[in-house]
Amino acid sequence: MESSEIRIKQHPILDFPERRKVRFYWEGKELLGYEGEPVASALHAAGIKVLHKSMKEGRSRGFFCAIGNCSSCLVIVDGVPNVRACTEKLRAGMRVEMQKGVGPALISKE
Amino acid sequence: MKTTELAIVGAGPAGVCAALEAASYGVKVTLIDRDDEIGGQLVKQTHKFFGWHEKSAGTRGIVISRNLAGSVEENASICFMGSTEALGYYKDDGVLLLETPQGIEKLKSGRLLIATGACEKMILFPGNDLPGVYGAGAVQTLMNVHGVKPGDSVLMIGSGNIGLIVSYQLVQAGVKLAALVEALPGIGGYAVHASKIRRLGIPIFTGYSIKEAYGTDCVEGAIIWQLDDNWQGIAGTEKDLNVDVVCLATGLTPLCEFLWQAGAGMAYVPALGGFVPLYDENMKTTVDGIYVAGDVAGIEEASTAMAEGRLAGLAIANSLGKVSAGEFLEKRRVSLEELEQLRAGPTGKAIVEGLAGLRGQMGKRVSV
Amino acid sequence: MKGGILLTTGVPSKEQVESRTPPKSRRERGPFVVIECFQEIPCDPCHYSCKFGAIKQFESINDIPEVDWSKCTGCGVCVAACPGLAIFVVDETFSDTECLIAIPYEFAPLPGKGDAVRLLDRAGQEVGGGFVHRVLPGKKPQGTPVVWLRAPKELSMTVRNLEPVEKGGVSHG
Repeated sequence: MESSEIRIKQHPILDFPERRKVRFYWEGKELLGYEGEPVASALHAAGIKVLHKSMKEGRSRGFFCAIGNCSSCLVIVDGVPNVRACTEKLRAGMRVEMQKGVGPALISKE
Repeated sequence: MKTTELAIVGAGPAGVCAALEAASYGVKVTLIDRDDEIGGQLVKQTHKFFGWHEKSAGTRGIVISRNLAGSVEENASICFMGSTEALGYYKDDGVLLLETPQGIEKLKSGRLLIATGACEKMILFPGNDLPGVYGAGAVQTLMNVHGVKPGDSVLMIGSGNIGLIVSYQLVQAGVKLAALVEALPGIGGYAVHASKIRRLGIPIFTGYSIKEAYGTDCVEGAIIWQLDDNWQGIAGTEKDLNVDVVCLATGLTPLCEFLWQAGAGMAYVPALGGFVPLYDENMKTTVDGIYVAGDVAGIEEASTAMAEGRLAGLAIANSLGKVSAGEFLEKRRVSLEELEQLRAGPTGKAIVEGLAGLRGQMGKRVSV
Repeated sequence: MKGGILLTTGVPSKEQVESRTPPKSRRERGPFVVIECFQEIPCDPCHYSCKFGAIKQFESINDIPEVDWSKCTGCGVCVAACPGLAIFVVDETFSDTECLIAIPYEFAPLPGKGDAVRLLDRAGQEVGGGFVHRVLPGKKPQGTPVVWLRAPKELSMTVRNLEPVEKGGVSHG
């Protein structure tokens, strides 16, 4: 699906004004999203639904609750694992990666 | 360590109404929410609310939410801590542990109101973990707050008010509704909401459930089937639906972790959504100083959450000695009557029975 | 099933609709309101929306609205006020062959005056064709737009939704 179609353009009650678009990366691939929107909504608008692989069987996981309750959408943001894609706000240049299981250990930078 | 007279966890309709009511008697309130916005789930409710004309009925949830946020912002007695997650409660010291944007903080309060709301119930079916299976609240957040469609075509599970309302809102956002299924023999939510989606040509299958969602990495389709009297699927009644979203509106359950941590008396009441705290006519739990309001005290409508919030705010102000006895009793009487009326219709019957059971257990517990 | 067909299908029964329809003599006199609210739920804004006092005062918040036919002018203010979108206005005196039907319509884009539309019944099934007579857009975010349709007179108590003709379906708004 085209990413332009998935954004709501016309709505009888709500208005979604244009916001500042920023570049970010998903698995190294450059994408555009709105600054300040949740990472999950930017990814969903770009057609990306699989955000995480389950711990034991490696099954695909996406977002589920969208408000930070469950842990279905954990991703790695700028090297930090276990970030909830549904509540993390998008920033320019953010590097987001799919988290597999518990994700990598957080190693402090030298 | 910071201190406050009243800490409220959750800035949804219940928490905000409690904050405003308590603050109107001069109580110093700290209102905590993990979101940066005030309003809780009201921020995505685009439909008009029922209830009393003079109490926001006929107003859309999003508008009520903005009005409440405005009232909080201009109230000097309320300190709103947004983007702050309450992580835990230390019952021996009465201290809340908070994760704020600045880091970890502790907060000690004279009174604590838990207004944490609820989360969706999961149901069991093959493929229920596939991306594309979303909670109804998540679908609302994605489309009504962030302006993103959840998919092209949706199967809605559950005909309570949430399932009916979100189905309608999906069509308003330009998404196709393939079908709505309800395991019970009848529609669970208000008839007017059901009529609204039927007029759009959306089929409602009562006595049906989902058999499975399938797809390699994401939902590519779903199969529904009819249920027999023992809730078992009937072979041969399957319908294969071409959908990329399965939306779960199969009920909510209270988010009551803090109450468990605090050692509050709890009871399992299916009509109220699962485990709920025992509480009295002042919305006070079995733990001194801890109150509840809204969905955490039993799943109901937002109008009820607001009424419960006002009652809790009043009772807390009274417990801090800020309300005259006469005024307190009169206002509480009005508040309790309001709640009784909100639950008086046929749709409130199960709630009333559930609450009666809860009250019975409360009585036993207190007398022990 | 307790509650009848309305609570299994979402579509009210013929008897339920008839119970909200005024007598013939009143129908011949001009526009009238049809309140398709059949279930006791806690809600009262319709009473307050009517400037003519035609929707009677509620004794309990759960009462089902009752109309005083002598006071209803068919103005349609209550159509946009009902939170359940359950109120319609029908005018069977519009012409010899056509009636007017006011319908709450919360979809985008709104149709324009004169547009041809498909007429849908309470189950969303197409029952004929009609035209948009007038549109009251309502103000975002609070307002509910109301579309007045011109429809064949015999469909006055059947048509309860519309679908713009240009579109493939309501679902692709």
